[in-house]
Amino acid sequence: MKLKIIVLAKQVPDTRNVGKDAMTPEGTVNRSALPAIFNPEDLNALEQALQLKDQFPGSTVHILTMGPPRATEIIREGLFRGADGGVLLTDRAFAGADTLATSYALATAIRKIGMPDIVIGGRQAIDGDTAQVGPQVAQKLDLNQVTYVTKINSIVDGKINVTRHIDGGAETVEAPLPILLTVNGDAEPCRPRNAKLLMKYKRATAPMERTENMPYKEEFDKKPYLTVTQWSVADIEGDYNQCGLAGSPTKVKAVQNIVFKAKESKRLSADDAEVEALIQELLASHTIG
Amino acid sequence: MSNCYSDHQELKFELNHPLMRRVVELKERSFADKDLYENAPIDFDDTMDNYDRVLDIVGEITATTIADNAEGVDLEGPHHEGNRVRYASGTEKNLKAMVQAGMNGMTMPRRYGGLNFAITPYTMCAEIVAAKDAGFGNIWSLQDCIETLYEFGDEDQRQRYIPRVCDGETMSMDLTEPDAGSDLQSVMLRATYSEEDGCWLLNGVKRFITNGDADIHLVLARSEEGTKDGRGLSMFIYDKRQGGVNVRRIENKLGIHGSPTCELVYKNAKAELCGSRKLGLIKYVMALMNGARLGIAAQSVGISQAAYDEALSYARDREQFGKKIISMPAVYDMLALMKAKLDAGRALLYQTSRYVDIYKALDDIARERKLTPEERDEQKKFAKLADALTPLAKGMNSEYCNQNTYDAIQIHGGSGFMLDYPIQRYYRDARITSIYEGTTQLQVVAAIRYVTNGSYLAQAREFELSEVSPALKSLQDRAKKMADMLEEATQKVKDVASQEFQDICARHLVEIAADTLMLHLLLYNATVNPELFDKSVRVYANFAEAEVLKHYTFVMSLTPEQLEYYRQETSDAVAE
Repeated sequence: MKLKIIVLAKQVPDTRNVGKDAMTPEGTVNRSALPAIFNPEDLNALEQALQLKDQFPGSTVHILTMGPPRATEIIREGLFRGADGGVLLTDRAFAGADTLATSYALATAIRKIGMPDIVIGGRQAIDGDTAQVGPQVAQKLDLNQVTYVTKINSIVDGKINVTRHIDGGAETVEAPLPILLTVNGDAEPCRPRNAKLLMKYKRATAPMERTENMPYKEEFDKKPYLTVTQWSVADIEGDYNQCGLAGSPTKVKAVQNIVFKAKESKRLSADDAEVEALIQELLASHTIG
Repeated sequence: MSNCYSDHQELKFELNHPLMRRVVELKERSFADKDLYENAPIDFDDTMDNYDRVLDIVGEITATTIADNAEGVDLEGPHHEGNRVRYASGTEKNLKAMVQAGMNGMTMPRRYGGLNFAITPYTMCAEIVAAKDAGFGNIWSLQDCIETLYEFGDEDQRQRYIPRVCDGETMSMDLTEPDAGSDLQSVMLRATYSEEDGCWLLNGVKRFITNGDADIHLVLARSEEGTKDGRGLSMFIYDKRQGGVNVRRIENKLGIHGSPTCELVYKNAKAELCGSRKLGLIKYVMALMNGARLGIAAQSVGISQAAYDEALSYARDREQFGKKIISMPAVYDMLALMKAKLDAGRALLYQTSRYVDIYKALDDIARERKLTPEERDEQKKFAKLADALTPLAKGMNSEYCNQNTYDAIQIHGGSGFMLDYPIQRYYRDARITSIYEGTTQLQVVAAIRYVTNGSYLAQAREFELSEVSPALKSLQDRAKKMADMLEEATQKVKDVASQEFQDICARHLVEIAADTLMLHLLLYNATVNPELFDKSVRVYANFAEAEVLKHYTFVMSLTPEQLEYYRQETSDAVAE
């Protein structure tokens, strides 16, 4: 069995290591101050895709990402780990997209690539934390979906069997292909970059990243695999009204900094029963565990 | 995110040494592979960029997977299950990550599936890995046994074994036996040729074999019946798929717990000869050991770095008497010295590896075509330099590594003695470095001839002619005086004309030479990059000068008559 797999991935500001200048005075994320990284759960998703490729030789894994030209780095990172190729959606008209416009662009691009057996992505991105894009893409493509996947157990007779995270435990579900999966951070971490692949693909670039006096640019003609596919709204025959800011009904009214204050406090005596009760309470509210 | 390569600018500095231009030129044969392999570099800068990026991968794996698993591996250790070894679970994860990253058979030519890396960047990888888990470092870096198979095996053996190593199969070198430790001439493991099986059969016992349940073993065995010395030994390749070698036990060690040290029993184990009969010890094991010694030098530098990092961060954090202990002279003196030894030892390590790179690349070219007379001279020159520096690099770095982990515990105070801090593991792991692959005492035996034949002195004199920054001129003059002392002390030992006297002075003379050469190497580093090395070179100069004076004083005051006070009674004498 050969599977065609598309991984949805996003370049995000590294909000895990924020400094003082992480936010602009206007209250939005200061992207220039934060290093741009591969969204962590998208890396978990990539690993699941690569494991399927290992398991089913002849399968292909392509990365699909939307962003400015520098987001090609996500595709390179995928190539270094074993992906076969990638598509960068880049166009000023894609800018300012909320989850609806993003899922429209991604779904339209997937149709253009050709419907795969599996679309897989991280549960959510660490900048927006919405967890909406995956499900919306599934809806637009009329695909089955399973979210919060932690492990793909098997694919037999066109049916995929996966374990997914649920409140207080895990469940195993089965669904027919084609399917869209979102993977969460408990899934296996992504494999490291491979030395040979890195040396092969290190100069892979989208045309928009290239400059006139770039070193080694004569290589681009000799080695087609160094050119990353780059699509605009027109390339995917998209509807401008559904892309970017124009296609985004979400409007940011105001941004507030939320500071958690220890308003509620509880005083416990040091006896075992009360401590046990507290543990149970915290477990139930998912504060711990 | 932390990265055990890019976090240490000193490593990158060593990588970018000007001698690398020649190394790369030879290793890449004027970039002949560029049209044959998609991952081959197209020019010098491209090659260096590859080295840098691949080191970055190793630095990342080390800072994440290997670092995270280190404590668990140390506690769990390998398991002995039915004559086989099962690695600690963390070790298995580390190995998987390194194999996925393609970090095996790194120095092998591309036609066998390798990365065709020079020894220098490979050695840097070994240093990086060892900094977080020295035991895992052994399992991973035993891949360099493949160098020996590549150099001395035939083409058929190369094609059968090298790709397997590049795919991640592990190796071991089976040398030591219960009665043949430092003295490998006494190896007794029997190799007999079986006409019936059409191959060699190995019978006997090996002991203290690192990664003894490896997929592919290089085995030193006695192929010439009735012989007793090194000339009756040959080298064999044993493939685990053949069966016949069992692991009888795994040793319980002070340190490097992740590395399984095995006792092996060979029962009619089918093996094939590697190279020619009788050259096993005198040629092939010597080559194997030179590679392994460089590896242990790298491991030592890695542990030194880790110990220094731990000590530094503890000293910055810990407050006593109302201030951070790092501000106290007694503490910062130790830290400064640790860093100076680390930088000096690392400079020596990579100077050596670059020399090895040049002569080995020329050796390899000589397998393809006749070398020009200039190339032959170059090869001889660098082979000699490498042979001279290898025992110094191994000896000094393993001793520095022990000293640095000792001082790092001292800086931790009572906490350092608790098993709660990683420093205790580094301290235990460090201890073996000055013992295996030849003790420091044996490194001295290998090095002393370069003292007496004037090689080290000549190198020092040559360094004295190199241009250093004006601010460092006075340090160079001090290094000159150190070389004078080396010359004088060596002459004194020669004049006494007693082997025993020379043997007892040997360590002192070798250390004078090593201290002097390392000071010169640091002078170069500090001239090129004062920001990174200015403090170290100055601290090291003070330290080295005092050391040299100490050794010089000892040698100059010792008389042959005094040896009587040093000699110890043997047990036979005591029994009488």
